[in-house]
Amino acid sequence: MNIVVCIKQVPDTTEVKINPETNTLIRDGVESIINPFDTYAIEEAVRIKERLGAGKVTVITMGPPQAEDALKEAIALGVDEAVLLTDRGFAGSDTLATSYTLAMGIKKIADYDIIICGKQAIDGDTAQVGPGIAVHLNLPQITYVRKIEELKEGYIKAERLEEDGYGVIESSLPVLLTVVKEINEPRLPSLKGKMRAKKQEIVKWGVDELGLDKDKIGLKGSPTWVNKIFAPERKKGGKVLQGEPKDMAQEIVKELKKGNLI
Amino acid sequence: MSGKIRIIEEKCVGCKLCEKACPFAAIILVDKKAKIDLDKCTLCGACVDVCEKFQAIELILEEKVTTINLDDYQDVWVFAEQKEGIIQSVVFELLGAGKRLAEKRKSKLCAVLLGDEGIKDKASELIYSGADKIYVVSAAELKNYQDEPYARVLTELVKKYKPEIVLPRATAIGRPVIPRAAVELGTGLTADCTGLEIDDETGLLLQTRPAFGGNIMATILCKNHRPQMSTVRHKVMKEPVPDKERSGEIIEIIPKADWLISRTKLLNFVKEIEATVNITEADVIVSGGRGIKGPENFKLIESLAKVLNGAVGSSRACVDAGWIPYSHQVGQTGKTVQPKLYVACGISGAVQHLVGMQSADTIIAINKDPNAPIFEVADYGIVGDLFDVIPELIKAFKESI
Amino acid sequence: MNYFLTEEQQMIKELAAKIAKEKIAPVAAKYDEEEIFPWDIVKIIADADLFGVFIEEQYNGLGGGGFELCLAVEELSKACGGIALCLAATALGTYPIIIGANEEQKKKYLPDIATGKKLAAFALTEPNAGSDASGIQTTAIKDGDYYILNGTKQWITNAGEAETYTVIAMTNKAKGPRGSSAFIVEKGTPGFSFGKKEDKLGIRASATRELIFEDCKIPQENLIGKEGQGFSIAMKTFDKSRPGVAAQALGIAQGAFDYAIKYARERVQFGKSIASFQGMQFKLADMATQIEAARALVYATAKTVDSGEGKFSKDAAMAKMYASDVAMKVTVEAIQVLGGYGYMKEYPVEKMMRDAKITQIYEGTNEIQREIIAKQLIKESASQKA
Repeated sequence: MNIVVCIKQVPDTTEVKINPETNTLIRDGVESIINPFDTYAIEEAVRIKERLGAGKVTVITMGPPQAEDALKEAIALGVDEAVLLTDRGFAGSDTLATSYTLAMGIKKIADYDIIICGKQAIDGDTAQVGPGIAVHLNLPQITYVRKIEELKEGYIKAERLEEDGYGVIESSLPVLLTVVKEINEPRLPSLKGKMRAKKQEIVKWGVDELGLDKDKIGLKGSPTWVNKIFAPERKKGGKVLQGEPKDMAQEIVKELKKGNLI
Repeated sequence: MSGKIRIIEEKCVGCKLCEKACPFAAIILVDKKAKIDLDKCTLCGACVDVCEKFQAIELILEEKVTTINLDDYQDVWVFAEQKEGIIQSVVFELLGAGKRLAEKRKSKLCAVLLGDEGIKDKASELIYSGADKIYVVSAAELKNYQDEPYARVLTELVKKYKPEIVLPRATAIGRPVIPRAAVELGTGLTADCTGLEIDDETGLLLQTRPAFGGNIMATILCKNHRPQMSTVRHKVMKEPVPDKERSGEIIEIIPKADWLISRTKLLNFVKEIEATVNITEADVIVSGGRGIKGPENFKLIESLAKVLNGAVGSSRACVDAGWIPYSHQVGQTGKTVQPKLYVACGISGAVQHLVGMQSADTIIAINKDPNAPIFEVADYGIVGDLFDVIPELIKAFKESI
Repeated sequence: MNYFLTEEQQMIKELAAKIAKEKIAPVAAKYDEEEIFPWDIVKIIADADLFGVFIEEQYNGLGGGGFELCLAVEELSKACGGIALCLAATALGTYPIIIGANEEQKKKYLPDIATGKKLAAFALTEPNAGSDASGIQTTAIKDGDYYILNGTKQWITNAGEAETYTVIAMTNKAKGPRGSSAFIVEKGTPGFSFGKKEDKLGIRASATRELIFEDCKIPQENLIGKEGQGFSIAMKTFDKSRPGVAAQALGIAQGAFDYAIKYARERVQFGKSIASFQGMQFKLADMATQIEAARALVYATAKTVDSGEGKFSKDAAMAKMYASDVAMKVTVEAIQVLGGYGYMKEYPVEKMMRDAKITQIYEGTNEIQREIIAKQLIKESASQKA
C-alpha cells in the first residue's frame, strides 16, 4: 500500500498579527511550520505503513526552496521519501493552478494507492486543493475523514465528519482522503528520524521535469486573483465592570435588556 | 492574469513599509533598498498601496485574453443542499444575498436542487424565498450527497445553462463538492466568503473572505473565467421571509447515466447531535475556558446556557484536556460562530479563540484577570471569579425573564 | 550564551525542549500532586530516541555521551525535575553496566534501555549507609553458580518501575570497601521485592522505594566486572552521573527563573511592572548569572568526563554541588519574586523549590561533594612544587 501525502509549509498564523496603525501583517519572527492539518495526514500515513508492515510513504509539497525544511520535518516523522515541486513559474498560483501542479507531481510519482491531504491549510483556509487534485487525477475522494475503519487491497471504509454526525463511506482504491484533527494524535519526531532527514536527498522537480502546460500554472493558470488585502473590522473593547458579582450581574442584565438582547 | 513587478530603486528610500505590508514575506531590504523575491510574490499589490508616498514600486498587470465570451454567462445560482429530503436552512439565508446580487446584475436568481424523486416537491420552497428558476435533477443515486455525481451534475448544468455566479454554502457538502466542479469547469473558486458585492464599475463579483486564520481579509476577483464561484460561510446574512404568492419556473433535467457514477458509497449516517444545540446554528453561546478548572464545572456553563436558551461552547484548552468533545470547540481549529450573544467564561482571549467568535453581535467576557485580552473585544467585561459571577448572572437573568 | 553545540547536540536539545513544552508542562502539576509515574512521558521520550543519547550505537544508542544526556535532562527538567528523573535515574542505573560490564552483559541489557523499553535504577544507599557508603550491609554470598543477596536498599529512584537494577553489595565483609561488588538484578527475580512508595516533599512524579532482598538468587553472570570492584564502579558511576544531576538542577533553576521573570514583567504594582524596580532587577540579574555560571561549569565538566582523560571526580563534584545550590537559591528567590502568588500551589514555582531541594542531597550530599573537592585540592596543592 503506497501512500502519497500532500503537505504545505505555512506561516504559523496563530502568531501572525496585524499592525493596527498600518493595517499590515507583522510577520517578523513568525515561524514556518508544516500546516497543522497536514501533520495529521503524515501521522495517518505512517500509521498505515506501520500497521500493514509494508508500503512506502512519499510526501510532496509545492513551494519555494525553503519548503524543503517542511519535507525534512516529515522525514523525521517517519516518511520514506520527499518530493519538492519548486519553480519560479509556480509563484502566484491559486488553488486551481496548485492542484494541477501537485496532481502532475503525483502522476510522476506514479505508484500510489492512497493520497492523503490535511483538511485545509491555515493560511489560505480554502480546503480546495485536495478535491482539485482528485479531479485532475480522476480519483474518488472522501473528505473530513476522522477514522479509517477498514483498509485492504482495492477497498477502504472511512468515517466522514459532518456538522451533525458522521457518515460511513466506502470507496475503491486509489482514492484521495482529506483528514481532520479527530483522526489521530501526531507523534513527535525522533532523533534517529531527524538524523536521517538531515542526510536524505530531497527530489526536486520544476516546470520542465514535470512537463507542465505553462498556461495552467502560476499566475497565468489562476482564475482567481487577490484584489485587496485589509485588516478585518476589529471589535473594540466596551465596558469593563469590577466589583461585587451580584451588582455586576444586575448591571449586565440591565444592559442586555436595554439592547433588546434578552 | 500575469504581470511584472519591480522596485524603482532611485525612488526607494528604504522605509521598510513594503516589507511589513507583504502578506507573503516576499520583500526584504538589502543595502537599504527593497528587493522582491519573485518566488514568493503573488502580485497582490499590497506593497504598491503602502508605497503611495514614494511610488517606488511598479506593478504592471497584463490582462489575459479571455477565451470565452463573458456575456454568455448570466444569472446567479444558489446550490440548494438537502439532507434526507429537507432543504437545509442555510440555503434560504443565501437566497437573500443571492437576490441582492441578481438584482444588481439585472439577472435572475436560480437554485440547483439535487435529490431523489421526492425532492421535486420541495422546489417551490425555494421560489417562495426568492428564486426565479429552479433546476431540479432527481435520481435514486442522488438521494444522498456523494462527491462525484453531485460535482458532475452541477458541472453539466453549468456547461449547459452558463450561470455567471454560482454560490454553494461552505458546509461539509458544499466545500468538498464544489472544488471538483470548479476544476472540471476550469474556473475560479473562492472559499468561505463572508462578503459578496457587485463592483459598480466592472460588474464583477467581489468575494471577500478571511485568510491567515482570520487575521486578514482578502477580496478576490475572478476576472476572466466563468462562472464566478464562491462557497459562502454561515450566518452572514438574514433569511428572507417566505412569500407563498411568488411564482417561478421549475426545470427538470434528466441526468445521463454516466453523470451518476460514484466510486464512493454512503453506507450509513450516524447522528451525533449533542443534548445542547449545534453551536454553529445557535443564537446564544456560553463558552467555558481553562478558567473553569475542571470538566465537572461545565455544568455551571450549561446552566447559564440553559437560562439563555443557548448552546455550550469551549475554548481549545478544555477540548484538548478532554473535558468536552471537539464539536463544542470555538476557534481557529474549531468552529467559527456568529451568534447574537457570546458569553466567554474563564477564557483568556488568545487570538486563536477570537477568530472563531469575534464576529458575534455582542460579547460578554468573565475573567478574573483584568488584563485578559478577551476584554479588548468584549462589549461587556466582568472582572471577577466566574464561580461567583455565573450563579449571580443566572439568578439575575431568571428574575428578569 | 552560545555553547557552540554541534548540529546533533542542537537537535537533542530542541527535541527535548519540545517534549518538555508540549507534553510534560501540561501534566507536571497533576503528576506532582497525585504522585503519578509518567509512563506516558516515558513512551514519548523513548519514541524520540532520547533514552539512547548516552549509549553507544552498537547497542542501539545514539552514540553520544554524558554531555548529550545533560542537554536532554536539562531541557526536560525545565518543565518538571521529577519527570525528567525517569531518564536521569535510568542513566545512573545504566552507567555501572557501561563502565564495568562485559560484552555479553552489555548486549543483553543496553539495547532495551537505549530504546526506552526498560528503565534502570542504581542501588547503593541503605538505611544505615548514606553518606558513609562503606557501611553497606547488603550481602551477596557465592553459592555454586549463583550469588544470594540479602539486605535492604533505601530511597532508590525508579524502584518498582524499572526492570534493570544495578546493586552494590558486600561479597567479602572482611575486606571493607574492597569487599563490595556490583550486580545486575532484574525485576521479578524471586526474593526481590519493593517497599512502599515514599511520600516525598518534591520530585513526586518520580517513584522512590526500598529494595528488599530476601535470599534473592541471581546467576553469577550478573556480577559486573570482578568481585571487589563494587565501590570503584560506584565512584566511576558517580563521576558520570553527577553532571546529570547538575543538569537536572540547572533545568529546574532555569524553569523557575523563566517563570519568575515573565511574572515580574506582567505584575503591576505602584503603577509599574515590578520588573522596573531596581531591587527586582538586581535579584533577576543575580539569579540569571548564577544559573549561567552553573551551566558553563556543568557543560565543561560533562565534556571533560566524556573525554575520559585525567581525573575528574573533583570537577563532577563541583558541578553537582554548585548547580544544586544555585537551583535551591534561584527557586527560593523565584517564590519571593511572585510574592503571595509564589506561595500558592496554583502557581508552579513552589513545586520547583520542592523539587530543587533533593538535588542538594542525593547522589552524594553537597557536604560530601565539598569533602571530595577539598581532599582533591589538598592533594593537588601538596604535589605542586613549592
